[in-house]
Amino acid sequence: MTKVSFVEVTGTTYAVEADSGISAMEAAVRNNVPGIDGDCGGAAACATCHVYVDPAWLAKTGAAGEGMEKDMLEFAEDVRENSRLACQIKLTSELDGLVLRLPEKQH
Amino acid sequence: MAVAALAAEGAYALPLDKIDVSNPDLYQNDTIEAYFKRLRAEDPVHYCAESAYGPYWSITKYDDIMHVDTNHQIFSSEASLGGITIDNALSIAEEGGIDLPNFIAMDPPRHDEQRKAVSPIVAPANLAKLEGTIRERVCRVLDGLPVGEAFNWVDRVSIELTTQMLATLMDFPFDERRKLTRWSDVATAAPGSGIVDSWEQRTQELMECAGYFQNLWNERVNAKEPGSDLISMLAHSPATRNMTQTEYLANVLLLIVGGNDTTRNSMTGGVLAFHENPDQLAKLRANPALLDSTIPEIIRWQTPLPHMRRTALSDTELGGKNIRKGDKVVMWYLSGNRDETTIERPDDFIIDRPRPRQHLSFGFGIHRCVGNRLAELQLRILWEEILKRFKRIEVLAEPERVRSNFVRGYTTLPVRIHA
Repeated sequence: MTKVSFVEVTGTTYAVEADSGISAMEAAVRNNVPGIDGDCGGAAACATCHVYVDPAWLAKTGAAGEGMEKDMLEFAEDVRENSRLACQIKLTSELDGLVLRLPEKQH
Repeated sequence: MAVAALAAEGAYALPLDKIDVSNPDLYQNDTIEAYFKRLRAEDPVHYCAESAYGPYWSITKYDDIMHVDTNHQIFSSEASLGGITIDNALSIAEEGGIDLPNFIAMDPPRHDEQRKAVSPIVAPANLAKLEGTIRERVCRVLDGLPVGEAFNWVDRVSIELTTQMLATLMDFPFDERRKLTRWSDVATAAPGSGIVDSWEQRTQELMECAGYFQNLWNERVNAKEPGSDLISMLAHSPATRNMTQTEYLANVLLLIVGGNDTTRNSMTGGVLAFHENPDQLAKLRANPALLDSTIPEIIRWQTPLPHMRRTALSDTELGGKNIRKGDKVVMWYLSGNRDETTIERPDDFIIDRPRPRQHLSFGFGIHRCVGNRLAELQLRILWEEILKRFKRIEVLAEPERVRSNFVRGYTTLPVRIHA
């Protein structure tokens, strides 16, 4: 199991435990974290699971990948250097304790 | 049921290689699903060698459509290759059409730049601002309906509400807003659709549209304080302010069609879906919170745009078939939204699906519908206000459907409201 915290702009935190191997988007959807829709089911094709990786974790998650992830983030709201699509972050034991911040609104 | 049985018979009477799902008659008489069902089962990536639009591939399964939609490096939308409709003539000057190079029919990077010029209009902050206006208008339109009398829902509600919305987004002269409805219909219409009689007529009407919008541009381009409407955005954004007149017309038409034909037909489709499924209406009345999953289900069930087309930029393989560079590839969203391997009981209208947003109606990837949240907002408010006012909307006769493989829509839906 991998622990992940999703933190809203207001500070409200949703701490979830996820099976290792699934994506952070799936972890959020399975645990009803509001604001992560994941319409496309994890194909980096809708940009409805935009999150900001807490800077302390960025080295471990890496930045957004070339290709679809970056292409789709082009059209998300308020994109920053630590923006990722949660569906492209695979939860491994290395990421146990990961902190992801939610944007004010998903597009 | 008789119609469905006949359709199934028709779909299975043909040899597989003769199946041509582009035939607009199959959409007008609503028998297309039998053909898609057969293709999904027997030949999901299907080559049709002869059609009114030349040879083309049909992609009919959900996952394969997702593959094409998310591989824009291979599957191009470029207008000069034929754009995003099976009928080249709707995108380029071929066989009577005119060139309409807009951002939906472009590949990156120009697509990205132009799309970003207009996308702020449907950003979350702006939608929040629009919500009050939308509700006020929905209430006014619904309160003006003749309860207990027969009337055409398409004209009185669906066209009226979507056209008002578009006029607001464009800051278009409000009294003349039905021009937008007409231009929307004309832009996607080929002769034989019942909308225009000839390509010449289409061109002439689109040129009138161009002239009208040129005046709006001229008015707004010199404004000291740029307005927040779509035309001002196009006139002032660095990515679009130097567009040619052709590109400007093309983008205007894209915004008109995108904001009009689509939501209009989902507004009508929802009424039809609930009429045919009274148990679902009862479920929604008992638990109005189900609107969250009802709205995407209406959009899936209707699938207002049955297809988007791409052109292969290189040889590629899909579903065991070899697609060649230059081939026309059609993603049938309508079929993917009925794909029994991805969506449970896909033919049924079920308002509390566990994953209601898993549908292809908005497309996926970089061309995903920019206005999808606005569409959902409009539909949501419409149904919130319908539930407050009316017990039921009775459909009095079969709707008349548009003869088109690109717009799955209605020209009439006779109804009577029970308050």
